[in-house]
Amino acid sequence: MDFLDLALSNLGSPLILAFVLGVSAALARSDLSIPEAAAKFLSIYLLFAIGFKGGVSVSQHGVDGALGASLVAGIILSATLPLAAFALLIFMTKLDRTNAAAVAGHYGSISIVTFVAGTSVLESLGLESEGYMVAVAAAMEAPAILSALWLVGSGTEKGARLDSTLWRETLLNGSIVLLVGSFLIGMITGTEGLKEIEAFIVSPFKGVLCLFLLDMGLIAGRGLRESRGVISLRLLLFGLVMPLIGSTAGLAFGLLLDLSIGGVFLFMVLSASASYIAVPAAMRVAVPEADPAIYLTLSLGITFPFNLTLGLPLYLAVASALTGG
Amino acid sequence: MQTHPAKRVTIIIEAPMERRLRQTLEEADVTGYTILPVLGGSGRSGSWSREGQLGKAGGMVEVICVVRPERLEGLLKHLFTMVERHIGVVTVSDCEVLRAERF
Repeated sequence: MDFLDLALSNLGSPLILAFVLGVSAALARSDLSIPEAAAKFLSIYLLFAIGFKGGVSVSQHGVDGALGASLVAGIILSATLPLAAFALLIFMTKLDRTNAAAVAGHYGSISIVTFVAGTSVLESLGLESEGYMVAVAAAMEAPAILSALWLVGSGTEKGARLDSTLWRETLLNGSIVLLVGSFLIGMITGTEGLKEIEAFIVSPFKGVLCLFLLDMGLIAGRGLRESRGVISLRLLLFGLVMPLIGSTAGLAFGLLLDLSIGGVFLFMVLSASASYIAVPAAMRVAVPEADPAIYLTLSLGITFPFNLTLGLPLYLAVASALTGG
Repeated sequence: MQTHPAKRVTIIIEAPMERRLRQTLEEADVTGYTILPVLGGSGRSGSWSREGQLGKAGGMVEVICVVRPERLEGLLKHLFTMVERHIGVVTVSDCEVLRAERF
């Protein structure tokens, strides 16, 4: 698959155009907005649908050792990518240790919307992927937070607050519970279960994703508009380089695990993406000294749009070339 | 109508801290409080809005509680240890209540 063809077809898709509309509207200071409750519903729908479909796929193909190995690989990636991000931030930017650790945590964890957009690209090209990648996504949410807190704690006097409440909030955050829960429901009910709710979770999926990406565009655009002076050129570069490093690590693990083109691609997408839900909430509690404007703008305003527009076709072209697809 | 003096404590704090703030209030024996969502605002840490929030990280909540004047000092000590490092505002104002025994 040629990167240019993939990139052009990706950039012209309704998903990306909806995102671009959101960013443009926010930058132009339009009053367009998606109400908080509606955005919440869209995200619940997407998480349930993607988890359920992943579970059904596993029920069709059966559970094998690759699932366990992929989960372990995901956890290792999530825990170690923040170390690479931290080193890069200290080397590349003038960010202090606390902010660098907080930003680094975001880059080990994942963006589920980027993952969902990735599965949507695969679907539109008729490519399959391992259904359990949804479980890998859920497993990659939390380890990065622990790495970030360790990085903060190892270098400052105050350290980070890691109490039992934060543990519970991190491991049982709504996205993880819904993703894993719907994955299990899909696994248990299988194809029969899918038939019953197909009309609700399969056909409207892309339309809902469009609306969600419109909202993401609005948030990203608003963040960019308000973050003038916060993100230096070096930080901007970091936001573009780190996904490439992450995706390379994901590529290595995907090839090592002998996954399909789709599986390798999704491993790259997960490793390249940065969190903007679970990690920011944990950082607000545990590392309040870190500036949210830096980590939210980097993950949502720079890395997310990069992955969505150029990253996805690039990762697919590389995965395809190296797996012989 | 007979009224009684009381203190109204308002805490605007980051939404992820809500659960901890409730714990702190309960530790300070403040069992009556009200939590309100906040639409948006601006402060030292920049501006923020409730609109389109994907997670709790960017949002704020307002917690209001009313206590007897003699309980204020203890409550503020508890609150300070918790809010010291976080974005937010704590204000105290005088108010009157009708049923003093409830506070």
